[in-house]
Formats: sequence, structure tokens, C-alpha cells
Amino acid sequence: MPAARFDYIAPTTVEAAVAALVEGGRDTRVMAGGTDLLVKIRHRMLSPKRILSLKQIAGLDAITVDKKNGLTIGATALLADVAAHKGIHRYYPTVAEAAGGTANVQVRNMGTVVGNLCNASPSADNAPTLMAMGAIVDIAGPTGCRSMALDQFFQGPGLTALKPGEIVTAIRVPPPAAGSGTAYHSLSQRGKLDCSAVGVGTLVVLKADRCKDARIIVGACAPVPMRTQAAEKMLIGKKMTDTLIRQAARTASEETSPITDVRASAPYRWKMVSVLVIRALTDARKMAVRKQ
Amino acid sequence: MKHDISLTVNGDTYHLSVEPWRTLNEVLREDLNLTGTKLGCGSGDCGACTVMVDGKSVSSCLTLAVEMDGRQILTVEGLAPSGETLHPIQEAFIEKGAIQCGFCTPGMELSALNLLKTNPSPSDAQIRSAISGNLCRCTGYNKIVDAIAEAGRRIKHPSKARR
Repeated sequence: MPAARFDYIAPTTVEAAVAALVEGGRDTRVMAGGTDLLVKIRHRMLSPKRILSLKQIAGLDAITVDKKNGLTIGATALLADVAAHKGIHRYYPTVAEAAGGTANVQVRNMGTVVGNLCNASPSADNAPTLMAMGAIVDIAGPTGCRSMALDQFFQGPGLTALKPGEIVTAIRVPPPAAGSGTAYHSLSQRGKLDCSAVGVGTLVVLKADRCKDARIIVGACAPVPMRTQAAEKMLIGKKMTDTLIRQAARTASEETSPITDVRASAPYRWKMVSVLVIRALTDARKMAVRKQ
Repeated sequence: MKHDISLTVNGDTYHLSVEPWRTLNEVLREDLNLTGTKLGCGSGDCGACTVMVDGKSVSSCLTLAVEMDGRQILTVEGLAPSGETLHPIQEAFIEKGAIQCGFCTPGMELSALNLLKTNPSPSDAQIRSAISGNLCRCTGYNKIVDAIAEAGRRIKHPSKARR
């Protein structure tokens, strides 16, 4: 089969990239690491006339950790660099863990966190933790810049809230509140490399032994990574006992709507959501106790 | 439209004109005749095409050649540039019997180098994690893990290594 053909451009500014995307329309696809886009082109799932690489835009690969402004991960920052970043390890350990658990070494040396989000796979390993931590997406487009909450960004499998001509420039995570803990647990057939069959990201904020705030995000069990709000509500304001965690986990599982596919069956996913929510809430509680 | 690029492969600089859809893997194998780098799945799962770009292991099948302008690339041929003395990783693979059909070997060795350059004394779990993106269809993983551990020892203490 002959190779799919396309043109390649690499603008050096965000403005030029947006202009090229507006001019190119649907035939132009944005590429960061290329580890998903080039596979889709090779498998003929996409056939763009032109690839627009973001890699020549100076500063777009920046990672900054700041006590006041929180964490910013630029659009072309590599999964490997996020996983190894000292500041992220110290203040956002679960963000580093999720990036370090995505795909394999080679893909992490090419792929990006923002690219993983923009593909909008329901199983994206980086989405649950970032959503749980209240991450914000920075977007540049033909009418200027805007920001939106990550949990509003996903619209369906492969679909995002991006409008024509828009590019995600960074993902921002606010500074973690005092007494907050996070965790991410995922399951897949091989345990490494392959897409997660279930992924759960949690955030717990404790004051004394009471739960002040809680977020539970389940990946790969709905058309988008989803918040299980009924389960979250069960925890808020209460003492976080093992029994309460188990009850919340059961509720979280009931809120999801998994399908049976090559990675796992729906009944298995329902059971595993419950198991992983227990694990992730228990770990998040442990970290929250430490950070009080 | 073709793009002019200059890239350095195993210390030699090449000036090439490449079509935008061609991969680094195609350019290495077809234009530079460096066929040590293999092509397996073409989708970043099997690791047979692994090379180092600026010191980091990547899948050459998912790397566009046009993006390699000004980059330093190391392939399996560059592990033993003289062609006479082998790299400690290659010696360890031979000694431990870590090669069966050999198709995964170039990728395995570069993934091993990517690990050992920062961690010459990895645990078995760290080795297995480091080669989780490299598949061996002969399933000779145990010997590959042994070989990478041995290569680490050879890199750390070149004189003490068993001959």
C-alpha cells in the first residue's frame, strides 16, 4: 500500500499556526508528538492534506511550577519530561505518575500530555488526574485566547470543544489546596503500553479527618472521562472511613456506562471501577493526611 | 514539496532532500542503507524501529524525517562504529544468549542503552519496564533481561567484566 501523502508546515509562532489552521480548514491537522496522528494516517483513519507541527514554536514545550500560579504544561512538553520533572514530582506527584504510565518509553519520548488530551480518547491516561485537580485548558484561536475547564473540554470519543482554527497552547493546574491528596489507578490487559480498560483519578481535601472536597474521575467507562458526582457528594462533609469509601465506590460504579470492547467487558469494567475507586480514594486520603 | 534537511547519523552528517510524509525509518533504511534498524508494526507498539535522537530513544517509524533537521541520531550500527569491537551491551547479549531470530535485537539494545546511560544498576523490574515497548516474538525475555543487567555491570566496571 503506498504511503499516505501530505504536506508539512512548522510555523514558529502561535499566531502563524492559527492563521495556517484557519486557511487550511479541515484538511489541516495539528501535530504535537505525532504518536497518535501518524498512526491514524497510516491506518487510513485520517487523510489530511497538510500536517501543522507545533514543535517549532519557541516556548511551547515549557513546564513551569509556581507556588502562586500552579503548574503549566505547554502543548509540546513531552510525556517523559513531565514524568521526570522534579517540581511536578514534589507538588503534583500523580500528574507525573500518570504521564510516566502512558504508553511506553519511546512514545513518552515523542508524545505530549496535551496531545493525549486533544485526542480525547475516553481512556486517555492523563485526563482523570488533571480533571480531578481542576485543570484548565488554554486555547488560542482566530478570535483570540480563551480558557476552559478540562471537564468541559471533552465532548465524546475523539471530540473536543475546540472550534475551527483553535489550538490548545497549554494545560494549567491550580496549586493544590492544603490537606489535599491525589491518586491514579488504572488497569489494562498488559499492564504497560496498551490503553487502559479502566482508569480512576481522585482528589481528596481533608480538614482534620473530615472530607472538605472530593473529585472522582473515571476513564474508559463512558464516552468521555467522567466525574462521578453522586459518589463525590457522599464523601463531602463526612469522616472518610473505609466503609464510606466502599459505599462511594459502589455509587461511582453505578454512575458509569461502560461498553464491552476488545479491552474489557462492561460487567468487568463496572466491578473494576469500584475496586479502583476504593484504591484511589484510600491512596488520596493517605496523601491528604500527610499534607495537612 | 521536498524539504532539505541535514542530520547526523552515527557521527556522519548527511544532507538530504526528503518528502514530508517519509519517516526517519524509511530514510535510514532506504536512503542511507542502514538496515540494522528494523520496521515492525509501524505504529509504535513493537519497538523494532527504536533509535536514539539527541540521546533519547524514539520509534523511527513514527518520526517524520523532515523533523530530524539538525538532530543527532544513533542507530544499532553506531553502537560498534569500528565494526570490530562490540559495545558492552552487544557483548552481553551474545554472552547471555539473548538473541534468537535477532529481529528485535537492534531495538532492544537501544532501549537498553537508553536505560543504562542514566541507571547502570537497574533492578529486573526497571529493566522490564524499560523494554515494555520492545516485543520479542521468540519470547526470549528472561535472557534479554539478564543481558541488560550484565551490560550494566560491564559499563560500570569495564575491567571486572567476565570475558
